Amino acid sequence: MAKVTVDGIEVEVANGSSVLQACEAAGKEIPRFCYHERLSIAGNCRMCLVEVEKMPKPVASCGQPVGDGMVIKTDTEMVRKARRGVMEFLLINHPLDCPICDQGGECDLQDEAVGYGRGYSRYDENKRSVGAPDWGPLVKTTMTRCIHCTRCIRFSTEVAGVPELGATARGESMQVGTYVEKALSSELSGNLVDLCPVGALTSKPYAYTARSWELRKTDSVDVFDAVGANIRVDARGAEVLRILPRVNDAVNEEWLGDKSRFAVDGLKRRRLDRPWIRENGKLRPASWEEAFAVIADRLKNLPGERIGAIAGDQCDAESMLALKDMMNALGSMNIDCRQDGAALDASRREFYLFNTTIAGIEEADALLIIGSNPRREAPVLNARIRKRWMTGQMPVALVGEHVDLTYGFEYLGAGPESLKALGGFAETLQAAKKPMIILGQGALKREDGAAVLAAAWSLAVQFNMLNADWHGFNVLHTAAARVGALDLGFVPGPGSKNVAGMMAGGVDVLWLLAADEFETSKIGAETFVIYQGHHGDAGATRADVILPGAAYTEKPGTYVNTEGRAQMGFMAVSPPGDAREDWRILRAISAYIGYALPYDHFAELQARLVKLNPIFGELGEVRRMAGTNLAGPNSAAPMGSAPFVNVVHNYYQTDPISRVSPTMAACVAAHYGFQAEAAE
Amino acid sequence: MLNDKDRIYQNLYGLQDWALAGAKARGDWDGITEILARGRDAIIEEVKTSGMRGRGGAGFPTGMKWSFMPKQSDGRPSYLVVNADESEPGTCKDRDIIRNEPHKLIEGCLIAGFAMGANTGYIYIRGEYYNEAVRLNAAIAQAYEAGLLGKNAAGSGFDFDLHVHRGAGAYICGEESALLESLEGKKGMPRMKPPFPAAMGVYGCPTTVNNVETIAGIPTILRRGAPWFAALGRPKNSGTKIFCISGHVNNPCNVEEELGVPLKDLIEKHAGGVRGGWDNLQAVIPGGASMPILGKETCDTILMDFDSLKDVRSGLGSGAVIVMDKSADVIKAIWRLSKFFKHESCGQCTPCREGTGWMMRMMQRMVDGTAELSEIDLLETVTRQIEGHTICAFGDAAAWPIQGLLRAFRPLVEQRILDYQKRNATPMAAE
Repeated sequence: MAKVTVDGIEVEVANGSSVLQACEAAGKEIPRFCYHERLSIAGNCRMCLVEVEKMPKPVASCGQPVGDGMVIKTDTEMVRKARRGVMEFLLINHPLDCPICDQGGECDLQDEAVGYGRGYSRYDENKRSVGAPDWGPLVKTTMTRCIHCTRCIRFSTEVAGVPELGATARGESMQVGTYVEKALSSELSGNLVDLCPVGALTSKPYAYTARSWELRKTDSVDVFDAVGANIRVDARGAEVLRILPRVNDAVNEEWLGDKSRFAVDGLKRRRLDRPWIRENGKLRPASWEEAFAVIADRLKNLPGERIGAIAGDQCDAESMLALKDMMNALGSMNIDCRQDGAALDASRREFYLFNTTIAGIEEADALLIIGSNPRREAPVLNARIRKRWMTGQMPVALVGEHVDLTYGFEYLGAGPESLKALGGFAETLQAAKKPMIILGQGALKREDGAAVLAAAWSLAVQFNMLNADWHGFNVLHTAAARVGALDLGFVPGPGSKNVAGMMAGGVDVLWLLAADEFETSKIGAETFVIYQGHHGDAGATRADVILPGAAYTEKPGTYVNTEGRAQMGFMAVSPPGDAREDWRILRAISAYIGYALPYDHFAELQARLVKLNPIFGELGEVRRMAGTNLAGPNSAAPMGSAPFVNVVHNYYQTDPISRVSPTMAACVAAHYGFQAEAAE
Repeated sequence: MLNDKDRIYQNLYGLQDWALAGAKARGDWDGITEILARGRDAIIEEVKTSGMRGRGGAGFPTGMKWSFMPKQSDGRPSYLVVNADESEPGTCKDRDIIRNEPHKLIEGCLIAGFAMGANTGYIYIRGEYYNEAVRLNAAIAQAYEAGLLGKNAAGSGFDFDLHVHRGAGAYICGEESALLESLEGKKGMPRMKPPFPAAMGVYGCPTTVNNVETIAGIPTILRRGAPWFAALGRPKNSGTKIFCISGHVNNPCNVEEELGVPLKDLIEKHAGGVRGGWDNLQAVIPGGASMPILGKETCDTILMDFDSLKDVRSGLGSGAVIVMDKSADVIKAIWRLSKFFKHESCGQCTPCREGTGWMMRMMQRMVDGTAELSEIDLLETVTRQIEGHTICAFGDAAAWPIQGLLRAFRPLVEQRILDYQKRNATPMAAE
């Protein structure tokens, strides 16, 4: 520890800390543009200059390591003069077009100019003007506003692992860009908008939409992948305008995937905003009363085993529990959340969790990825893997499709054969102290999925990934709802039907809770389908009755991420039209058909959820598993030989919301070179 | 005045053979094995006592710089990098060393590499020095062939490889950390310090960067002894230095002289005097483009060494003496330097990137006289806002010439503005 004095306040900071960190520890705010906690230090904006005793010149506090006994002054005439000088230089070529700039109101330059700018300009020359290159559908550029802090360059090179930004030319003519104009190919490119301290990089879909102070901000959880990134939903009136990440070092640090950030315009399209009933093969608008009557009529005298329910990928735990309770009341145990048929073993929690935890990746020293492309299945988690890989202490190997993961890896092969062989990587795993496996849905969503799961588990046992201090067995989910559903037991009871069993006439009434990610064409022709959800996607197309539910921004709800971390999102806006929060719909119809669910308030439902599984009460927490029970999942059959196929190839369109998002469609066109598939 | 026998560079003008045979005839490579046999510490100590200061411009004591290198490797190799990116306007000393005395440089590299435990040396040569790079490579090939470089270099048991890397013509790549970036294949932009190159230099390994003239002088110092070198020049400014005299002199030249030689002597005796006589002198830039300009009164008495020039708020820099007689437009000359610095700013950090262009444009108006009188103070403020606030010394280098101009020639600048205003005054209406 080093003892330093900041403006007379003595603080102790770790050796190797920067002067800036010491100043923050002392509660002194240091203005900065180029410095960012999660990026390398550039030291080029020169805004963070402070005075250090015995140093003749002001020093850039971001890059200066502290020394014991250092005396730092952050508010002297020398410091103020230096910062005012730097601010003047930043502003002379800045267009000062704040009134038409989207960054206005949340602009670092604007904020600091209040403190260090002068009220008039001494610069009489022409200002520099730079073009606005097209960086694709997400990031809007106005490079005239650029102050050359290089945060975007450092982010794309270091965190995103897609080094396509750089600075060309030098001096006054220096420009940040892609050199050859192109769309940014990173799944994390939206973070550039957050990182840019000025209005040079802004959100293209959000352009000229709102001012930050007009927005109502609601904390929520992302549902577009299973990472459970913490988000803030910014809404005005009934409209969600944008999504921003919140800082959570254990989950998403402060990053957010592009789909999670930009697919929100899908929330306004193709919404189910009133009940519909199918009559003579055609859907017609109906009232809630009519829809309930049709359902009640259909359920009357039907034995429980002829009723089934499937929960979708973005459902909150509360509505799934309400559906489960209602199904149980109806005498049915035909419930399943694994709509893609993945061989997830719900018998023990560690069989389906990302046990190492996301933050735990930073302790691992060897990684084997099986049947997954984390870059597309969980870009934020992939950034964490890359962060660890960058330290040079975690070699990575991949079995499955050969893809670009943004970091180096040893490619072992495409299918189960390579998993058995492992080659030279076996020695790496053997030598590692904290090795880990990531098992993707691509390895489980196949006929021999259970065998692959068992094989992966025995690899974990073989290479000592399971011990009292370390659990290196990880399943990477792609659905936000999956772990929560498994935790509350949304799986078929003994002898009851799973998704495959409910197809082809396996049940007479099928309740789809926002379930669209399976082949609806396999549902038997005679099966009566009730679709409760928010978008007119595959499920609604097949439905006989449609009950309009709420999307994730329109209801409070608990989601459990792939690590098993329960997190709660709050309601940002009301569901559109006649649509209602999902648990309310289920509560209402349960009363209508005579099995009233025992909760009248959301809080009562949550209490029931916590009673069922205390995990749901530990919001924001994760129970890190110890790998002490080595007994693996059961599998009688051997692994097949078919190569693993990843589940997410089109990152931008994976669910009902992103499939109707025009922004996501533009991304698909820009990056994959084909037009968005029609949902129907 | 320096005696001929005390000159380090006997073939500075290329009148003799540059190649290995000629170099050996002049004493190069003589007793190299014995020199290396003295051991690392003895060599560094000798360089320290000689009082050798870096000849690139900053004048940092060379022996001390070498002693910053780790004595014991932590697993990383050490590197010697020679800065031959001689881009300072008016400077051409390294060029003549490489052209005519390349073996002094190569031998110096071996000794320096040995002294700091670096088995590899890089000579980063300015891209425009094509012919010089060819000759240097040829000389290195000769040294390899004679067993003076490579495995067991010069029979010392020490392995030393030397590589020549050609730059691409950016002035900033002469700044040591930008040079290292460029050497690594990146854009030449200076690095933050700390860490200093001795801790984290090229490829993240301990590195020492020295100027060509510094390194090329080392073998002679070790051969003739530190006391000989220390006896030349003035206290704390010992030894000889190549001065590059250009501009309005009768005989522009490179000449090796003792540090502390009076500027007047230097110009009169070696460069054939100022065009039109000493009284026709208007100003001298004593140390390359970045050093503040001196008016004639200062030039009359000033001694050419690090500390004397520092006392008059200028600097020895690279030793490029640019002489201007009364026909020169000093304002325009400084504007041209501003233009140069604006063009060469790397663009990394704010004050220099934005400030150099601003200064140049204001200087342009000073040249024309179209500026306002109040702008002179503004210009001065802007130079102060750049100076000392940047990552590297480039910001200072861009600011100093203008500060020097305003210090020495402010009345001239003001007169030009007043003249312009007088010429272009609109006659008042008679009411």
